[in-house]
Amino acid sequence: MTDNELTCKELVELVTDYFENALPEAERARFEAHLAMCDGCDTYVQQMRETIALVGALREDDVPLDAQESLLQVFRDWRGSGF
Amino acid sequence: MNAPPSVLSHSLSPAEFTQLDALKRGDERAFVQLVAQYQGSMVRIAQMYVRDRITAEEVAQEAWLGVLRGLDGFEGRSSLKTWIFTIVSNLAKTRGKRDKRTVPFSFFENYDQDTDEPAVAADRFRPADAEWAFHWATPPQAWDIDPVGQALNRELRTYLDAAVDALPEQQRAVLTLRDIQGWSSEEVCNALGIAETNQRVLLHRARSKVRRALEQYLQET
Repeated sequence: MTDNELTCKELVELVTDYFENALPEAERARFEAHLAMCDGCDTYVQQMRETIALVGALREDDVPLDAQESLLQVFRDWRGSGF
Repeated sequence: MNAPPSVLSHSLSPAEFTQLDALKRGDERAFVQLVAQYQGSMVRIAQMYVRDRITAEEVAQEAWLGVLRGLDGFEGRSSLKTWIFTIVSNLAKTRGKRDKRTVPFSFFENYDQDTDEPAVAADRFRPADAEWAFHWATPPQAWDIDPVGQALNRELRTYLDAAVDALPEQQRAVLTLRDIQGWSSEEVCNALGIAETNQRVLLHRARSKVRRALEQYLQET
């Protein structure tokens, strides 16, 4: 290990920057070099991807029925007012 | 159509243009669809500024009325969703002020003065004086899930919802817009009036916390 290598503790703080393509080229290379040889971090990055996918699945949020009904009422009143 | 596409289309996606047109014609299904798409996130955004969820729901309802009343004046200079979220956050800010909710002036700018918020608990790593300092002491174990291939089961969904709800407001807002609504970072920065780096820090903290919560949940089951 040389001073130039990332530690795992540093790597976990760079995951979002990595995903967002916000790491400078050299930093990105260090990130990927670490990932290639560290199973723990590889798993960690995979878990972050899975987290994002799971959170994304919350999208099909059902609107509570009472909220939906009162919003429909708003819509019908608006339509009834001749816009 | 109320206006030729050439006037309206520069910030609207074709889908939004169709939606907008249907709404203007008073098409109820188009409205229901829009509500399903945005209501949950609108309430989460409003919660950043007002004191509780009930108030946030009132603000969201008020915002929908604003949307409907503003349809004719909406010129498509922004996308439909950006316009809707601008309306809800403006209303929520006003309501928050009226209810004298104390929001620090530098609401979005003080993240770096927060106490240190590591993505992973420090004791998961080897101590500074050990061999392989700051490398994993307790590495994460791969999860036995298939997030892409399978729908969320109800229990996990409820748990995940609670984890997102438990986030600090700014983090929840950014995570909601980015990862639930699928906005770009630029859209989020514009809607919330925050800088790109700030947005990334908030997103990072939010995702890291949700990952931690999931790890805990998946280890228990």
